[in-house]
Amino acid sequence: MTILGKTPIQYRLKLPSQSDNLSLIRELVAKVATKVGFSNDDVSKIELAVDEACANVIKHAYGSNSKNIIDILIKVDKQKLMVVVTDKGKGFNPDEIKLPKMNEYLQEMRVGGLGIYLIETLMDKVNFDVKPGVRNQVKMIKYLNKPASTNDAN
Amino acid sequence: MEGFEVAKSENGDVAILYIKGYLDAHTAPDLESAFQQLVDAKKYSIVVNFKDLNYISSAGLGVFMGFIEDIRQNGGDIKLTNMKPKIYRVFDLLGFPTLYDILEEEEKAIEKFNKAKVKN
Repeated sequence: MTILGKTPIQYRLKLPSQSDNLSLIRELVAKVATKVGFSNDDVSKIELAVDEACANVIKHAYGSNSKNIIDILIKVDKQKLMVVVTDKGKGFNPDEIKLPKMNEYLQEMRVGGLGIYLIETLMDKVNFDVKPGVRNQVKMIKYLNKPASTNDAN
Repeated sequence: MEGFEVAKSENGDVAILYIKGYLDAHTAPDLESAFQQLVDAKKYSIVVNFKDLNYISSAGLGVFMGFIEDIRQNGGDIKLTNMKPKIYRVFDLLGFPTLYDILEEEEKAIEKFNKAKVKN
């Protein structure tokens, strides 16, 4: 599409860590993704993945303390859209996060904990870089024309 | 502003929640309190009509997870109806259709509740 030249375009949003900002974040991400040429279906996926990442930061990393800042970077080029969500909160150990096995999950009827699973499922590539209290980062990529071999996160 | 609203209605012994707008981590507590009020009033036959819901995240799904067990133990159920394909896809992604009774029409859900009542 027309906005995509050779150099990537960046959009950056720094907001107080409050859940009422989620709608604003979704709106921006959805608008950028639409503009870049993603299908409605993909726009919905990107929107939901980013919402989940930010909701995790607001609820877990910062424990709903709205004095903290959540930093969202959206980068687009011809091939892909990348969203990087950064916080300086508690963080988590990504090695300890096991994607829920849905059968067990459904049997246990556990509440919550679905965010990471959704992010991994909805995006093409996901990377967690966690340094608790220093900087935690979730990097998510969606390709415009998904190559056949990008199902794996690495 | 992308808001969220819950409206309540009743059809015999069946309580119906109409949810509208955007259900996320910010608005999920509103739905939670609507469910809590029904449970407090011992109304365990609940239909949730999704006709006007445009968005749902895992925080919204979590509300249903939080109540289903308690409601079923009390002989009731939460039946979900009139979902847009976009919303259904999120449920489907998480395998929820095996756990919840998801129906196309609100009337069908009410019918099911009434039939179950006659049997008992």
